[in-house]
Amino acid sequence: MLNPIRIVGQLGVIGALFAAVALLSNRPVYRQTPSDTGIVMLTFVHGADRRADCRRLSAEEIAKLAPNMRRTEDCPRERRPIYVELDVDGRTIYQASLRPTGIARDGPSRVYERFVLPTGQYDIAVRMRDTARIDGFDHQRSERIALAPDQMFVIDFRNESGEFVFH
Amino acid sequence: MIGAVRYVLRYGFELIERPFDRLFGPALNPIAQLGALGFFFFWIVAVTGIYLFIFFDTGIDRAYESVEHLTDAHWFHAGVMRSLHRYSSDLMVVMVVVHLLREFAYDHYRGARWFSWLTGVPIIALLYVSGITGYWLVWDRLAYYVAITTSELLDYLPIFGEPIARNFISTGTLTSRFFTLMVFMHVAVPLFLLFMMWVHILRISRPRVNPPRMLAALSLIALVVVSLWKPAVSQGHVDLARAPVEVGLDWFFLPLYPMTDFWGRGGVWVFLGAFFLIVGLMPWLPPLRRLKAAEVDLAHCNGCARCAEDCPYEAIRMVRRTDSLPFPTQAQVNPSLCVSCGICVGACPSSTPFRRTQSLKTGIDLPDYTLAQLRERTITAAQELNGAARILVFACEHGGGAAHPGCVALPCVAMAPPSLIDFVLSKNLADGVAVAGCAERSCFNRLGKVWTEQRFAQERDPYLRTRVPRERVATLWTSALERGRFEQQLMQFANAVAAFPPAKPRVQPPQPEMVRTAVHEAPIPVEEGSAPPC
Repeated sequence: MLNPIRIVGQLGVIGALFAAVALLSNRPVYRQTPSDTGIVMLTFVHGADRRADCRRLSAEEIAKLAPNMRRTEDCPRERRPIYVELDVDGRTIYQASLRPTGIARDGPSRVYERFVLPTGQYDIAVRMRDTARIDGFDHQRSERIALAPDQMFVIDFRNESGEFVFH
Repeated sequence: MIGAVRYVLRYGFELIERPFDRLFGPALNPIAQLGALGFFFFWIVAVTGIYLFIFFDTGIDRAYESVEHLTDAHWFHAGVMRSLHRYSSDLMVVMVVVHLLREFAYDHYRGARWFSWLTGVPIIALLYVSGITGYWLVWDRLAYYVAITTSELLDYLPIFGEPIARNFISTGTLTSRFFTLMVFMHVAVPLFLLFMMWVHILRISRPRVNPPRMLAALSLIALVVVSLWKPAVSQGHVDLARAPVEVGLDWFFLPLYPMTDFWGRGGVWVFLGAFFLIVGLMPWLPPLRRLKAAEVDLAHCNGCARCAEDCPYEAIRMVRRTDSLPFPTQAQVNPSLCVSCGICVGACPSSTPFRRTQSLKTGIDLPDYTLAQLRERTITAAQELNGAARILVFACEHGGGAAHPGCVALPCVAMAPPSLIDFVLSKNLADGVAVAGCAERSCFNRLGKVWTEQRFAQERDPYLRTRVPRERVATLWTSALERGRFEQQLMQFANAVAAFPPAKPRVQPPQPEMVRTAVHEAPIPVEEGSAPPC
């Protein structure tokens, strides 16, 4: 025998539990960074030069190779690491030597770093070295930017043009 | 340590479950239907998902617009469906998590149950992947946050050559193909989830995959009401120039995402790895020590299949006869599935203690706790009874009566064949018999309580014979933590029995030497009035 009062009670309990679930479904709000900050993101994927130049093989070396594998040059696959620096208002906030990816270290180097900064104006400078040189940089760019609240300012590198892109 | 955690959790569950029992009744108690409710919510998610797909557009710009369109312009059907889809998914997470905790609390995961536990572990992962890919599809600010955080987590693993998170930081890198891929994943992963749910219950006899209709109806009504009261909405279109730093999180599906800010991505992976490793190894931390598996005695098995019918773990199957007896089949026990609950012993029609011409042998028996030993313990316990009403207690070792002094403990009360109750009362070994099992909603061996009640009600073989006075038999269902409740119910029963006129034995009580003979398997004559042999 169905008891209407009991059924209403059961529905009330189930409804209350489900309502609690619905509330937790998008509340409380999570704030990842303070409200008066923006994000500067440094990210790119770029392959540096090979660590060594191709070397011409001698006739003896070629003769030692299997007939179907014979070639005239030996080109090491391994790439150099990339050296990167990021300055904000003249202060270096990031510098790293990025190793190439891959088991044979022949893949591109990659960086994906975010920096939370208070909103305001900043002098941003980014520099990269991807060749055998010891001093100086192969690519660099500097710019004064205005960082708005919650803005995502991205520093990228275009391999095609070989230059940094700010957006 | 694990035992202490289990005890605290179990105590907590029982604090909640008993009030729920009073409101819903044991059969409708939602906490006892968590697995079935999980299936129920899965089907709601599946049906509503198919409906929503009619309106969804997988284009990079159209995804968000199509979701907004169905939420606003078609709120009365598609919008409600979206809310049902969202909240059912969340409820499925709740059901899975509480189900896992409850099975742990009640020690329903070790021994032969390792398979169900272990196959439940990937279900957790698949459920989360299903939900996370779903949030991705809406392509609102929350989706952007989910996309960035998920891909950053994946990029932490040395799998992808190029950071996939870079796809979400500027326009032009993301195409509509990506949404087609996400739709595929949001369909394929739940299908695999359903497959794993099927595997999860493979080794369970009579799994409850559907909640009682009343509970299902109440849940559906409540879901619709909540969906109308608080519709699921989007959180604004993605703007790639703005970081998704403030989002309304789904704390059921995404509780670990904020943790990446505190623990780092490596910390989250370490947590996930440790969680799945520990949970996966739980059945062996430590392993359950159990009695030897049930064994079939072909000389007493007529292939009636009642043991196979009653086994809650699919541990018995009927196979072609291997001896010369004129029956087509015989029972065969799979020891790796048997938990030695003894329910098969109670189901076997050969399990009658009324024997005189032959030793007390049955078609299927527990080597470490035979039916003969059970009868001996019963007689010994009965000799110790005194007072106004002599009540013999058959207690499940997992229930509230297990600690009662002088009780006859059993792995499950359904191990006691109904003829044993008849034996006790007809021989005037006691004035009343109390069968004390686990709480109604949480039978340790799943079906022991149901089978016992059905046998007593003559709805399931073997019956409790009509001649047994029902007023002298009580079933008391209490958990191991409800000893006070058990003693109170037992006292009420004893008082009621004390008020009855003295029972007169219809058959001669067993003599001690007769008992010893029975135990030591020497032939003794069949008594008059005994249950018919199978």
